[in-house]
Amino acid sequence: MGYDYIKAEREGAVGVIALNRPEVLNALNLQLIDELVTELERMDRDDSIRAIVLTGNERAFAAGADIGEMADEAAISMLLKDQFAVWDRIAGISKPILAAVSGFALGGGCELMMNCDIIIASETTKIGQPEIKLGVMPGAGGTQRLTKAVGKVKAMEMLLTGEPISADEALRYGLVNKVVPVEMYFHETMKLARKIAEQPPIAARLIKKSVLKAIDNPLSEGLDYERNCFYLLFASEDQKEGMRAFIEKRRPKFSGR
Amino acid sequence: MYETILYDVMEGIATITLNRPEKFNAFTEKMHKEIIDALKQAGKSSDVRCLIITGTGKAFNAGQDLSDMQGVEVDFGEFLRKRYNPMIMQIRNTEKPVIAAVNGVAAGAGMSLALACDIRLVSEKAFFTNAFINIGLVPDSGGCYFLPRIVGIGKALELAMTGEKISAEEAYRIGLANKICSAENFEAEVKEYAARLAKLPTKSIGLIKRAMYKGVEMNLEETLEYEAYCQDIAGSTADHKEGVQAFLEKRSPVFTGK
Repeated sequence: MGYDYIKAEREGAVGVIALNRPEVLNALNLQLIDELVTELERMDRDDSIRAIVLTGNERAFAAGADIGEMADEAAISMLLKDQFAVWDRIAGISKPILAAVSGFALGGGCELMMNCDIIIASETTKIGQPEIKLGVMPGAGGTQRLTKAVGKVKAMEMLLTGEPISADEALRYGLVNKVVPVEMYFHETMKLARKIAEQPPIAARLIKKSVLKAIDNPLSEGLDYERNCFYLLFASEDQKEGMRAFIEKRRPKFSGR
Repeated sequence: MYETILYDVMEGIATITLNRPEKFNAFTEKMHKEIIDALKQAGKSSDVRCLIITGTGKAFNAGQDLSDMQGVEVDFGEFLRKRYNPMIMQIRNTEKPVIAAVNGVAAGAGMSLALACDIRLVSEKAFFTNAFINIGLVPDSGGCYFLPRIVGIGKALELAMTGEKISAEEAYRIGLANKICSAENFEAEVKEYAARLAKLPTKSIGLIKRAMYKGVEMNLEETLEYEAYCQDIAGSTADHKEGVQAFLEKRSPVFTGK
């Protein structure tokens, strides 16, 4: 695939996308986000891919938006371009996305990270929303997703000071799943991705959708949704196989149907 | 190129020499900047596999230069956050062995500097003093962190509360000094010790440092898990392969630090 700013490959049933503008710490420009969304949707359609890993490099997951690209914009040109709308398509990806994060995850980088479903961070990770230091604020979900992830008071502190937090602090606040040595963050993420890729994919897909429902719907709606998904899974071959294997005390062989 | 320190690299050993002998090598703002810069340089350079921090003249380091602060209203907290704390963190983050070669008195923050190093080699003429209390202050620059972890809380409290002088011998007795060196041969003995460290598997030494300092803050389960990560990393180094190969071939290993 001819991309300029990302690298996409696969390892077995795991699709791997690496942001690839190392000279600018993976600053997110419009083309990069377009390429990323295109590839995510392509992997989402590819039945042989069961989990997606999104990463940067050791120094930076992504250090933020491409400021040069934005500095001279006006309100109406921003509105007409509506550059953050494309981000909503990331939230629409149905397969589990794991982020392998190291170095800077700032601004748009933090927002991109928070769009992922599971986050493994290296010990050297710095996470923050520094937009206020440039006279603006997050525009791709930062105020909303950060608040839901870490709670109001910590989100306020991070957003109002613009100061980043360490990986360990992010772990304490539940913003990341796990913190590991920098040499291991990609390896550990891949290990987890392979494990998730072995799970029955229809169940994984409905679990992801149900968890996301919990974030912005009333509990009663979420419970109703969950229940219907649960019933729906009884139409799958994997449910039959999974339960039969359990009764027969053997490992299930999921077909993905 | 530095004003307050000397920096040289020889045979895998970087030596940072605090160099304000007329002031017992006391800290100034400039010195902090220069030490941090030198630590970064040594940390990055693949030629460096061991660091020594020492002093010129009679003292190792007498702590903060109080004359530098006279007549000025000091914001103590900011003072530490800007000057001292980054230096201590830089020592911690340098994944190579850092030796404090304590050639003479190490007082106040000078003692804390020595405590923040991984190994302390002490001249028989040197002594430590946790001098903060003598001017009504509390140990800083990691003094409250490292001292109880090195000598135990009971002794640490005594030393910090009384500010009493700790001779080289006493320092060795309580585990504060790893080795006492003769005053005449101090430099040579330190170099010999450092040379030995500089030939060991540096990457793994860095991992040992990382895991042990982390380990004092983690529970057993977390530490076991962290050791597993570190062993994964160490197991993929060239030095591990060389070590095993040399063992099988019944020869001495030649480690490259990689």
